[in-house]
Amino acid sequence: MDNAQHYFDQLLFGVAPYLALIIFFLGTIQRYRAQAFSYSSLSSQFLENKRHFWGMVPMHYGILFVLAGHVVAFMFPRQLLAWNGHPVRLYILEITALIFGLLTLLGLVTTLVRRFAFSKLRTVTSTADVVLHLLLLVQVGSGIYVAVTCSWGSSWFAASASPYLWSIITLDPDITYVLAMPFAVKLHIVNACLVIGFFPFTRLVHILVIPNPYLWRKPQVVRWNRAPGTKG
Amino acid sequence: MNVRSQVSMVFHLDKCIGCHTCSIACKNIWTDRKGTDYMWWNNVETKPGTGFPTRWEDQDKYKGGWEKKNGSINLKSTDKKRIVLNIFHNPHMPSMDDYYEPWTYDYQNLFTAKEGPDQPTALPVSKITGEQINVESGPNWDDDLGGSPIYAANDPNLDGLTQDQKDQLQAIERLVFFYFPRICNHCLNPACVASCPSGALYKRGEDGIVLIDQKKCRAWRSCVSACPYKKTYFNWFTGKSEKCILCFPRVETGQAPACFHTCVGRIRYLGVLLYDADRIEEVANLPDEELIEGHRSLILDPHDPEVIKAAKKNGIPDSVVASAQKSPIYKFVIEWRIALPPHIEYRTMPMLYYVPPMSPVMAVRQGETIEHVSDNLFHDIEDARIPMKFLANLFGGGHEAKVAYALRKQKAVRWYRRAVTVGDVTMEIAKEMLNQADCTVEEAEEIYRLTSLCTFEERFVIPPSHREEAIEMTQDPHERRQSTGFGFLSGPRRGL
Repeated sequence: MDNAQHYFDQLLFGVAPYLALIIFFLGTIQRYRAQAFSYSSLSSQFLENKRHFWGMVPMHYGILFVLAGHVVAFMFPRQLLAWNGHPVRLYILEITALIFGLLTLLGLVTTLVRRFAFSKLRTVTSTADVVLHLLLLVQVGSGIYVAVTCSWGSSWFAASASPYLWSIITLDPDITYVLAMPFAVKLHIVNACLVIGFFPFTRLVHILVIPNPYLWRKPQVVRWNRAPGTKG
Repeated sequence: MNVRSQVSMVFHLDKCIGCHTCSIACKNIWTDRKGTDYMWWNNVETKPGTGFPTRWEDQDKYKGGWEKKNGSINLKSTDKKRIVLNIFHNPHMPSMDDYYEPWTYDYQNLFTAKEGPDQPTALPVSKITGEQINVESGPNWDDDLGGSPIYAANDPNLDGLTQDQKDQLQAIERLVFFYFPRICNHCLNPACVASCPSGALYKRGEDGIVLIDQKKCRAWRSCVSACPYKKTYFNWFTGKSEKCILCFPRVETGQAPACFHTCVGRIRYLGVLLYDADRIEEVANLPDEELIEGHRSLILDPHDPEVIKAAKKNGIPDSVVASAQKSPIYKFVIEWRIALPPHIEYRTMPMLYYVPPMSPVMAVRQGETIEHVSDNLFHDIEDARIPMKFLANLFGGGHEAKVAYALRKQKAVRWYRRAVTVGDVTMEIAKEMLNQADCTVEEAEEIYRLTSLCTFEERFVIPPSHREEAIEMTQDPHERRQSTGFGFLSGPRRGL
């Protein structure tokens, strides 16, 4: 039994992340090569303009902040622990993060309800959209649950989740950190792998084509069809 | 001098009969696919009227075009910083309610309805949801002032008219309307291109046609709000924007665009203009009242040896320069100065020009009788049923002089030809009118020819396609219409 449990844990936390990442990279690259046309945020603002705001804005800003928090804790665990050394700063960080987490949840729920409340939107809602929404709900829900029940996540993330993530990145997975964590955290990790693995098959691919050159390109774009090297 | 060539257009509004043949030709070729049903790359509006989408000229609402701020011009809808913050929800985006919900009819019901006391009917069903809908608006809902007086009364171009003029536009026996066919203007300073976060929109270097790269478009929707003419449309099904492509596969093979080709009133002209690309920014920054002259000053004389030399240096083929020399557009816009850009105050430098329409003579009461004559030879221009201010709001950036000039010249040409063929006007008066309208007899004859007797080849002087430049040679959008639409040879499959 213990043995089976051991292999199962290895599979979930030692193998699944790699599977997810492999699918993520191969899937997105292949999709871009074969079907660049399908890379779109598939905005539905045109069909419903009012509730769109209450879904999209909190969801995107919430997710961006929370994700950035994860990345900072992953990249700079020591600095984060140093920051949290002072309780007031810890409270400020935790409360802000929780607020953005709740914003994400609000946006996500609004989006899901909106999708089903308007018949026009139902026609542009695919199965992949529904699955993705449910996965994200689990992800955000478990995240908020962890934030509320397992206090001072920003500190213990830096102390025990960061080493785990680093062990994954350095191709030397060490799942001992994870095994000690409560179920909700485990769920959060496994579901994250699912989201990453499912990513190439959803509209999430629009994240990969964020408009970075826009800010410093010239306003007007002219394309020449002439053979390269000719005048003009 | 940085010479570029631009396929440009003139629509002669005095000849438009409002038959919508252009719209149908365009729809049949390009926008009969799912997600494009509601798009009308070419549409014909009745003016005064609210247009399509409703009140598109109301830039307080839609925030289209450019605005002058602190000495330079910025997009009204958004600037580079704001576009990043607003990318998740575009605050000025029109929704389908501003256009209309496309529909078809449930024809099957005519065959499958149960036998009953009444004839079965084909009820309207939405082309989006397939559910029955109440049709409440359409692309030309206020055609010929139909529907309700509120449409005409809400035309944004009525700003600045006196209450008398507004009332007159609705008074029986005095009301008036004209048609305003619209396609993409393929501007020199396109707001849609400038706004695209992905850089998917671009202007073709060779002929100036503005296109959307369907593989680069990511549905950020900025172009839809940035275009002040609302001529980029969002395909709700594929999640890509689409717009008029000036039928480039046709133009590249020497055919006029479909809407031009089919035009019953023969109001449409197409030809090349050479322009100085280095001066676009400077001209787009001019004060409002200098915009029309500035816009004209961008256009270069294709007969000028200096221009020809500079064109050669820029790699413009001789055949294109030769085509520019025969361009009917150059005559209308530069030589005769009777074609004007629509809403130049949006500062996108549109390359589609309009000859403003004449309107019926307004009778003048003289004692007991109603007369149509006056000492002022041009009285019916100044007192036309369409108030000059209205036309000026559309074609003069609010300033009447340029519009008046174009109308006076048209009127003088008419009276000159009347003197020639009918003879109830003396040649003396006709020539005096030509003189007052800044027109010579030769010019009048030329205008008369190109507006009345013009052949296909005179109306459409299409620059020859150069094999190495023609996209048509490698891709054939026509062949795959309905399954593909345009652009590339794979189906426009919506992403998951």
